[in-house]
Parts: sequence; structure tokens; C-alpha cells
Amino acid sequence: MSDAGPLVLLVEDESQMRRFLRVCLAGRGFRLVESETGQDGLVQAATRNPDVVLLDLGLPDLDGVEVTRRLREWSQAPVIVISARGQEADKVAALDAGADDYLTKPFGVEELQARIRVALRHRERSAEHPEPVFEAGDLRVDLHRRQVYVGGTEVHLTPIEYKLLATLVRYAGRVITHRQLLTDVWGVAYATQTQYLRVFMGQLRHKLEADPAQPKHLLTEPGVGYRLRVE
Amino acid sequence: MSPMDASRPDPDELLERVQAQERASRRGRLTVFFGAAPGVGKTYAMLQAAREEASLPGSVLVGVVETHGRAETEALLFGLEVLPRREIDYRGVRLAELDLDAALARRPSLLLVDELAHTNAPGSRHPKRWQDVEEVLDAGIDVYTTLNVQHVESLTDVVARITGVVVRETVPDSVIERAHEVRLVDLPPDELIGRLNEGKVCLGDRAATAAEHFFRKGNLIALREMALRQTAAGVDRQMDEWRRDHGIERVWSPTDRIAVCVSPSPFSAQIVRAASRMAKGLHVPWFAVHVETPEYRRLPDAAKSRLAAHLRLATRLGAEVVVVPGERTAEAVLAFARGRGVTKIVVGKPRINRLRDRFRGSLVDEIVRGSGAIDVLATAGEGEPESVTAGPGGQKRAAAWPYLASAGIMVACATAARLLFGVDNIADSVMVLLLGVVVAALRLGYGPSLLAAGLSALAFDFAFTPPYFSFAMDHAPHVLTFVVMFVVAFVISHLARRARDQAQAAREREQRTAMLYAFTRELARTPGTEALAAVAAGEIAKALDGRVAVFVPDGAGGLRVLHRNRGEKPAGDEAAVARWAWEHERDAGLGTDTLPSTPGLYVPLVGSRGRVGVLAVTPVAPAALQDVSRRRLLDALATQTATAMERALLAEETQQVRLDAEREHLRNTLLGSVSHDLRTPLAGITGAASTLVADADTLPAATRRDLAQSIAEEADRLGRRVRDLLDMTRLESRAVELHREWQPVEEVIGAALAGMEGALAGREVRTAVAPDLPLVPIDAVLIEKALVNLLENAVKYSPPGTPIEVGAAGSQGEVVVWVADRGPGVPTGEESRVFEKFWRSRDAGNASVRAGGVGLGLAVCRAAVELHGGRIRVENLAEGGAAFRFSLPLRGTPPAVPTEDGEGSG
Repeated sequence: MSDAGPLVLLVEDESQMRRFLRVCLAGRGFRLVESETGQDGLVQAATRNPDVVLLDLGLPDLDGVEVTRRLREWSQAPVIVISARGQEADKVAALDAGADDYLTKPFGVEELQARIRVALRHRERSAEHPEPVFEAGDLRVDLHRRQVYVGGTEVHLTPIEYKLLATLVRYAGRVITHRQLLTDVWGVAYATQTQYLRVFMGQLRHKLEADPAQPKHLLTEPGVGYRLRVE
Repeated sequence: MSPMDASRPDPDELLERVQAQERASRRGRLTVFFGAAPGVGKTYAMLQAAREEASLPGSVLVGVVETHGRAETEALLFGLEVLPRREIDYRGVRLAELDLDAALARRPSLLLVDELAHTNAPGSRHPKRWQDVEEVLDAGIDVYTTLNVQHVESLTDVVARITGVVVRETVPDSVIERAHEVRLVDLPPDELIGRLNEGKVCLGDRAATAAEHFFRKGNLIALREMALRQTAAGVDRQMDEWRRDHGIERVWSPTDRIAVCVSPSPFSAQIVRAASRMAKGLHVPWFAVHVETPEYRRLPDAAKSRLAAHLRLATRLGAEVVVVPGERTAEAVLAFARGRGVTKIVVGKPRINRLRDRFRGSLVDEIVRGSGAIDVLATAGEGEPESVTAGPGGQKRAAAWPYLASAGIMVACATAARLLFGVDNIADSVMVLLLGVVVAALRLGYGPSLLAAGLSALAFDFAFTPPYFSFAMDHAPHVLTFVVMFVVAFVISHLARRARDQAQAAREREQRTAMLYAFTRELARTPGTEALAAVAAGEIAKALDGRVAVFVPDGAGGLRVLHRNRGEKPAGDEAAVARWAWEHERDAGLGTDTLPSTPGLYVPLVGSRGRVGVLAVTPVAPAALQDVSRRRLLDALATQTATAMERALLAEETQQVRLDAEREHLRNTLLGSVSHDLRTPLAGITGAASTLVADADTLPAATRRDLAQSIAEEADRLGRRVRDLLDMTRLESRAVELHREWQPVEEVIGAALAGMEGALAGREVRTAVAPDLPLVPIDAVLIEKALVNLLENAVKYSPPGTPIEVGAAGSQGEVVVWVADRGPGVPTGEESRVFEKFWRSRDAGNASVRAGGVGLGLAVCRAAVELHGGRIRVENLAEGGAAFRFSLPLRGTPPAVPTEDGEGSG
């Protein structure tokens, strides 16, 4: 990462939105490249090599999902899509096409910064090795020893439960779609069997959460997937 | 080529489109190539004319052309598109007919159909080819056709008289009259005979002798004259039309009207034809009148079906058919004539010298006597009586027992009189015998009463006049008594029969009236078209003994069955017949000219504002509907049904209008509410933001932060309201598609609570999710939305810092989820209203009123829950606060999730 702060490529056609993001990102030490169309965004991504891409799903020329797909053909830069409410299907499509995370309009600056931070961390980690131990609150997962602790007490997990948790840990802080999780844990043939995921996620919550109905670690993103909280 | 050029329409294409539209909007033009006899060259002339029209490829289609193998005619077919015939297998013979549906689908601008008078093979849509042509014309397609003069309906009897050949294939005059053009194809008789001798005239399968008879020169001259006259009459009509169009006074009296009396007599058909010719000659409307007298009941079935055929013939010839009930034919006809302004009555001359006519005068005499200013024309049917149709009419066999009873009565009377009065008191004895005749006449019917009359006279002779117990008579006064007695007995029989008939007719009329009255009252009591159709179908089925179905438009251009009694569907393509009846607003099916082989009769239901449906009646006995009085009853029932259906439709429309008005009112409320609730936060945002912009440098930092804070809060509020509005709109417009997935409610509750983290800060949230809840098939996004709204509601309506409880429990076949608060609860009586749109508590002291809001949150909840088939309700808890509960039904079987056998991973 350069000294001048991470470079954010913002692909967004609404000028008010760009103005808000420009102000708040600049104030938090990010450098910014702006693009109004998908085509231009792709060009900018190729020439400027941004550290993270903020991509609006509703662009005038290209579908945001399509931009993500083309970008993924040659770039590993994290992509955070920005979408309106009620577009769960679009979000899932973008995530399955290779986007790393999403933000729903309207969103606050804190949320934006948290997402960018997670995205950047993943970028660094995937460049090196994944951290062997994950810690958040009272939860501690040791990936080397395959051990899970809640408040210092070891918790016994079934193989699938552990595999599910390990996958979430690998993407900690980021949203993972149902399809991604099902494919990673059960295999491609089970990509649509969401009830598997829901049942095992419930079991996992009962073992890891103080109140499974008010989870602090294993968060649900309705209609999209799950997220393991990092802080 | 630039894009501009590509989008510019091709002028030819445009022209074609305009022409196509014109074609569809107008009725097609009929051109008849008219000739005196076969062989004059009609088909040849038609093809020649068609070739001139065939400049555009595909514009002319040959539907049916009979070349009879003649080379020069076949040569003319070259290059014209010929439609394949539709082959029908009829009793082992393959018949090739015009493929009507293919012709309509192909939509040429001109269709050639040879031999207009042709009779289609049984099972075709129409019995006659001219009916096919009518339908083609109605579709806006021009037609060329050929016709010989002997096939013109009103001329067939004249032709039969001239040539001795009775023509059965006829075309109604109205078809020819409506033709755009009649082109006469003329050939002098000598040339025609020459062509015949050269073998150029095809006589088909007709017997050669009959053909020779037909082609005699005298016949041909007469036929030629008729063809010329007919054509001239057409020209005359055109002239009249031209005059009328150009405002030139008409030469005939426009008030003339003709009525013809129709009876079951075999000669009646000719009289109907004569009246038709007369009406046409005078260009006046005409009526075919049948008087239904008490005697009608007694007619044999063959006569009834003959009468029905005569009335149909009159309809075909363009008459308005009227059936009037009446005691005496002459009176009823005259009353009708006066009522409808008829100026001429056509009536058949009596053919049989009836005894009754001697005393009272014939029907003609009676009519003439009462006619006053009305002209009466008595015309004779000529030649052989025509039997238009002969339905299988079973002769009723008289039972033997009334005659035996009659004889018994007379024997008893005679014996009693003889024993009582001996031979001295003849007058008393005669009275007893006459009493027997009266009893027989009143009780046993006409025949037995006549027998009784005869027997009474014989008994008198046998037992009461010397020599006793012998039929001889030797005393002159007794002979006189015998004769008088026979006449008196005979008159009594007659009078009694007449009285019985009148009583019977009156009873039937009474029954019919009562039935109609009950029917109308029943319909008036029934709300809604569907219930109406059911009631009408039931009553009509009962009255006419058959199956009944009611069709109504399905809203997509077709018809659907609104009601059908007695489940099973009758054989045949009933939808097509119903459709035809609907489109043409004419009866179709059994006993009509369209698809007569259908087992049912299809009557369009036409109200005062137009058609509302089609009534289908499939009688158990197909002959039942031939009966004129039954048909009249059916027509009356159909009219009542149509009126009632129309009324119901109007009521439904009114209801719809009322609903629309309510919706409009709601929309206005929404607009008012929305504009208020959206503007308030907007005003706050604008005020704070503009202050920040204007005084950014002078304001202290704390104030700036305050203003920014208020902008953030107001924007959040605005955002929530916009979200609710959008959710409601989407849910109401049914644009929401449920993405059901089997999942635990615990997860959805967790998601909703996580989403509400900020708003719930400072609150204790207690969760009570029952363990081992089954998976529920829900759309997680929608249910989360409902839960979030319930939580927001709880936060809004309960004091800060009070706990909120969220729970879920299983119940029979459903999972119930609840959100409870410790607020003031819902005002009593408003428990169900809180879920209505824009509802706000009337309780002004309620803190929530200040919290405001569009009042859509709970409405969104209800919509989301109801979309899942669940219910939502609210109740006030005994310990204070309100509990909102909603149910999620468990429908279907949850998919299996394999359990793991493995232990912990260690």
C-alpha cells in the first residue's frame, strides 16, 4: 500500500452520491478515482490499478453484475457493490459473479469505512497466508489445531459445523452467499439446498452464541447469505 | 444504409396495411355470376373476371371451382392459388367441401366459390354453401360466386311449374339482394342446346332423361326470361337506391305492410313464397303470422314440424315471424294486422270443401268480413303440395278403453232408462241417454263421445221404439225423434270437445304464465351473474327437459361456461357453436340453419344494451324444440335470463364503480398523508442544511454538530417512511413474488433484531424461541420486514427503556411469532383497525401520535403475513402493553436434511 493511502475507484453515475463519497473518503485518508459509467470504470480499473472498487449496480450503460464479471476476468481488486433496497437478487448475482461485499443505500459513512477496511484486509491476507487464529469477542477459532473456544471453553463441533465455521472465518467480515457456502462446504451439487445451510447454521449458533435469537457473531443477511462479525 | 433509412416504412407496405385495415372494417362484396341454366358459362366468366383482379400475387384465392374437366376453364385456373378442399367422410363417400376455416385464416382479398346453391356434406358448419359465403363476407373478404336462376328461393315453385323439376337446393333472395353486383351471363337457348349437343355442358350425375327434359327449348326460353327479369329487378332496386340516395321521392307507399297467414298445411310454403315475392315487388316489410289456436295442441307431430319448417322458410325469405295465441284464426290475424299497421293480408284459398265452411264461411271469408280497410289477397298454392320437411312424426294411437267405457256407459244408461221408465215414458228415457252422451263427451274425449252419440240413437231405436229389441222402426214420429236425438248428441259432443280444448289451452297458458312469473321472480331475487345462471339453467332445464349451459364472455375474446347443470358436457364442439351464436347474435345448432347436427340449441342472450351471453339447451328428445309453443317459451325464458343477467352485470359494474371511488378516496388520503409526512422531515432537513450552508463560519461547533445530527435523524425518518410506502405499493400491486425457502424462524428473528440494533439501544430485548421449532416455508426478506416493522412499532409506542419481548412457538400446523411491548397498549375497539392503512390512534394523549408516521408499518406487516397465508392480530396484555402475534402456516413437507453421525471435530 502506498503512503498516500489506499486508492478507491468509485463507479457511480449520480453526482450527489459521488460528492458525498468524495468528501467522506478524502477525509479518511483514501485517494479517489471517479467514473460515471461502467465502460469508463473498467478502463480506469485497468489503468489505475485501484486497491478497492466501489461499484453502483444501477449504471446507465452496463449492468453492475456484468462490470463485476468483466473486472474479475483479470483483476483481483476487491469489489464492493452499492445497491438500493429490495434488490436482493441483484446483490446475490453480483456476489456470485465475484463481488466481495455490498452496501445498501442509504448507508452511513461508518458502515462504508468498515466494509472498505474488511475488503482491504482480505486483499492483504490473500496475498500472504490466512491468519491461523481468528478472534472476535468471546469467540476464538484456531484453524491450525481445528479448535473452537467460546469464552475460554472449548466447544465440540461436528465435521460439517466446523467446515462451515472455518469457511466463514476465511471470509470473516465479508458477506458470503448461500450458494458460495453450500458449494464450499457440501459441494457444487448442493448449491441450492439452502435448508442444509440453515439447519447447520442454527446448530452452530446454538453452540457458539449466548442467545441464538440475538446472534453476535454469525449474522444473517436476509435473502443474501451470512456474515461473520469481526469486531 | 443509415439507421434512419432502415426505419422508414416502405410505401407499398404502408398501402397494404391501410388496405388490410379497410378490409377488416367492412363487409366483403359479393359478386354473383348469374345464369339461366347450367352450361351458359358462369364459371368461365367468373374466372376471367378474377384473373383481372389477380394483379397482386396472393390476393385471389380459389375456394371451390368446378371445371367439370373442361380444358378452357382449367386453363383459366393456371396461376391462381387454389385452396385444398376439406374432405369429409360421409357414409363411406368422400365429399370435398369448401374449407371455410382455412379460407378465413388465409384472408385473401377475393375468394372464388362456385355454385352458391350447393348443399354441404352433413357435419359441416353450415348446411348450405351460401351460409359459408355469408360468413366469408362478414369477415370482410370479397366473394365471386355463380348461381342459376332455378335456385333462387322465391322462384323455385315457378321453376317447378315450368320445368317439372323440383329444385331442393335454394338460395334465399336476401343473399342475392345484398349482393354488390349481379352479372348476368347470358347465352341464347339455341347456342346452349348446341353446346349441350357438343358435350360442352356437364350434367353431373343427373339422369340423362331428366336433363333432356330440363333442356327443352321452351324451358330454356322461360328460364332465360326469369333470369333476365331477376337481373332487371336487381337493376331496378339499384335505381331505387340511387334515387333514395339522391333525395328523389320514392314511388311506393312507405307505409305498406304485408302479413301472410302460415298454417301447417302442405300448401302453406307456396303461399309464403307468393307473399315474399309480393313484398319484394313492393319493397315493403312483411310478417309471417301463425295463430296458435286451441286445436294446435291436437296437431300430429308431422304437422307441427311442417309448421316449424314453414316459419323457418319465412324467416329465410326475410319475413318477421310472429306467433300469436288466439281462439279464432281470423280474429287473431286481424287484431295483429291492425296492431302492426298491416295493409295487405295474404291467405291461402281453401282447397277442401269443408262442411263447417258452408255454415260459417271459410277462413278467407271470415278475414274478408272483418278486414275493413285492409286488402285481403287469397292465393292458391299451385301444383303438388310441397313437403318442406318431414320430421319423423309418430301417429298417436288411440287407446281402446275410452271407447269401451263409452259403450259401457250407453248400455248402462239404456238399461237403467228401460228399467226405470219402461217404454211409455220416452221423453225421460231420451234424457237419460243424452245424459250418458254428456258424461262420455266430458270425460272420455271426442271419438268416444261420437260413439256415444251414435249408440244413444241406436239404443233408442233398439229398446224404446216398437218393435222392441229390434233396429226396425215403424212409427214415423219415432224416426224424427231418432234423428233429432242423433243431432243433439252430436252437437253435445262437439261443444264438450271445444270446451275441453279451451280449458286445456287456458290451463297451459296459465301454467306457462305462472312458470314465467315464478321464473322472473326467482331471477329478480338472485344476486350475481353466477347464481343467476345457475337458477336460470335449473329452471329452463326443468321446463324444457334437457341439459342447459350458460356461456359468458371470458374477457379474452372467447366464451367460458358460467354454469352447466348436470355435469356432463354434451358431445360435439359446443364451444364453437356457442361462439358462432355469440358473434352473429343468431340462434345456432339444433333446428337452425347453422350446424343443425349439433345436439343442442344455442340462443344468444341479448339484453337491452347488447349481448350478455349464450344459452345452450340440449333437449333429451331432439324433436322437443320443434314445437312452436316450446320454442316461444324458450325465447321468453332466454329474454328474461338476458334481462336479469344484464341487471346483474350492471349491479356488478356499479359495485366496481363504488370500489373505484373508495380506492380513489384512499388514494387521496394517501396523498394527503404522504405529502404531510414526507414534508415534515424534509422541512427539518432543509432548514438545518440551509443554516449550515449560510452560517457555516459563524456558528459554534456544537451548534453545527446539533444541526448535522438533526439532519441525520430526519433523513433516517424520511427514509423509513419512503421504505414503508414503497413496500406497501409493491405488496399491493402484487408485484411481490414470494421466494419461499424452508428455514428456522429463529434466524429471521435474529436478522430483524440485528437490523434494529441502533433503534433498540438502551432496551432490554428478551427472546423466547421455543426449541425444536420446525422449519417454515417463508420468504425471509418479507418476514424480516414484517418483524422490523413490528419492532419499530414497539419502540415507537412504548416508553424508552422498557423491555421488548420477541418470541416464537409451534402450534397446530403453524408457527406463531410475537412481539410484545410494555407500552399503553392499543385503544380498546381499535384492535383490528391498527392494521389498516393510514390508521392513527385517536388517543391524542398517546405519546405515539407525536411520533407520527404514515401509519403504513403495520399495514405492510399484515400484507406480508397474509401473502404467506397467515394471520396477524394484536391484543393488550394483562400485565400492560400490546402483543402483536402472527401465524405462519406450515404448508407442504419440509425437505429432509441429513443428520451427521460424526461426533465433535476435536
